[in-house]
Amino acid sequence: MTDVIVADQLTKRFGAFTAVDHISFNVQQGEIFGFLGANGAGKTTAMRMLCGLSKPTSGKGLVAGFDISHQSENVKKNIGYMSQKFALYEDLKVWENIRLYAGIYGVPDKEIAPRTDEMLSSIDFLSEKNSLVKSLPLGWKQKLAFSISIFHRPKIVFLDEPTSGVDPIVRRQFWEMIYKSADEGITVFVTTHYLDEAEYCHRVSIMVDGKIAALDTPAALKKQSGAGTIEDVFHQLTRGATRKAD
Amino acid sequence: MSVVVENICKNYGAVQALNGVSFSAGQGEIFGIIGPDGAGKTTLFRILTTLILADSGKAYVDGFDVVKDYKKIRHLAGYMPGRFSLYQDLTVAENLKIFASVFNTTIEENYYLIKDIYSQIEPFKNRRAGALSGGMKQKLALSCALIHKPSVLFLDEPTTGVDPVSRKEFWDMLMKLKQEGITILVSTPYMNEAALCDRIALIQSGEIFKTDTPANIVKDFGKTLWAARSRNMSKLLTDLRNHPAIGQCYAFGDSNHVIMDDDTMTADMLKQYLSEQGHEMVDVFPIEAGIEDCFIYLTSIKR
Repeated sequence: MTDVIVADQLTKRFGAFTAVDHISFNVQQGEIFGFLGANGAGKTTAMRMLCGLSKPTSGKGLVAGFDISHQSENVKKNIGYMSQKFALYEDLKVWENIRLYAGIYGVPDKEIAPRTDEMLSSIDFLSEKNSLVKSLPLGWKQKLAFSISIFHRPKIVFLDEPTSGVDPIVRRQFWEMIYKSADEGITVFVTTHYLDEAEYCHRVSIMVDGKIAALDTPAALKKQSGAGTIEDVFHQLTRGATRKAD
Repeated sequence: MSVVVENICKNYGAVQALNGVSFSAGQGEIFGIIGPDGAGKTTLFRILTTLILADSGKAYVDGFDVVKDYKKIRHLAGYMPGRFSLYQDLTVAENLKIFASVFNTTIEENYYLIKDIYSQIEPFKNRRAGALSGGMKQKLALSCALIHKPSVLFLDEPTTGVDPVSRKEFWDMLMKLKQEGITILVSTPYMNEAALCDRIALIQSGEIFKTDTPANIVKDFGKTLWAARSRNMSKLLTDLRNHPAIGQCYAFGDSNHVIMDDDTMTADMLKQYLSEQGHEMVDVFPIEAGIEDCFIYLTSIKR
């Protein structure tokens, strides 16, 4: 198995404040990696560095084989990104959103149209190709946003709270899509506030005060701490947090 | 009854936001409105806080009609909208002061009510509200909604997007407010918060399809529910769905939940079937349904 994300003593300081404090971990190809932590623990800062949007103060990171400090443009080309807060353009049609993102990510023009139909049929959504995104139910927007984030066939997709507010049935359909992409070799790096979803990940890390306080499979984490659920593990670890940023 | 809702309907153009919603909440009760985004929760809160009018139906807060007596309701209700709607350019202390003076009271008069919550953000009282973190904004918003000592508190998704630690703290605060006799109507998309309410209404697509205590809703589930595990969880889901005796199957944390259609099936029979499909480390055992299982089951039979 190859490592597609390598973080080695990755650190980010803002003035006197160390947002991310020497974190190290590897994520393998096809792995679903859950990135948990309380608000203010440093998750977003760490994720921004891994996406090539923010340079580390010190330490090293490799994403899809590219150095996040010096080759951030290559990093961006090889990843997909989706968040609950911003995903699709509401005033564009379904196919227009796909066309836009595919163009931005450099998918060859000739391939975009056939791949659009292929992708929409695979999620049973071809009939909505000409619908405005704002007319779709939230759950469908999220499923569509995810499909678009992997349309250019990235090696890694970063999902930032992708299922916030979505109903329980659609939330599960969404996770089945994640499983399917992981089976196809895409690495999934995901943050969530639904701690039961952490159980769907192959491995989970929990950040506390800028450091990684725990990293293992959900089963091993529960066993180590004698807790019944990841929620219990999370509360045990974060109880000692000193940062009250959020 | 502190809040009474009778057959409320509300449409936005062709979109039916609320379709004949009825329920009532008693004084001092924590009443949860549980459902996903787009279910109609915010519309319901806006009608009850007299900010918009229903197309039809009746609603009363503390005995006052939301249409005729809206001025009275505005005095006795506290409202924390889903979107942060305090004055971003004013400081923490200034926001609180404004809310107190609008309601003709002072911070000192009702400080005891907000002490536990406000004392956590008081060290930052000179910071502009816009510069607060999410958890602190939430605490300030709750303080502002409480400062006039409302008899009914409307909290529209107060914990959405808030991390699990702050979420737990927030619910601890609500439990204390309940002791003061304040009625709390709270909405949430997090099913595990439902169990913390005295009673809940499950809502989807503008319709309430179940209202009861969390314990009774679980008791009414009435189906055999099993948890199943194996080494390959995604193949497990596919294989379980292909079994004719299985009504529904979905991922649930570290296991798959299975609703049986055929009551003659035993756990051992299912284990054997899974072993035949090549699964390793198979485990199948009966479990009690949770609120989320009930929600999934009830919405799926509706669909």
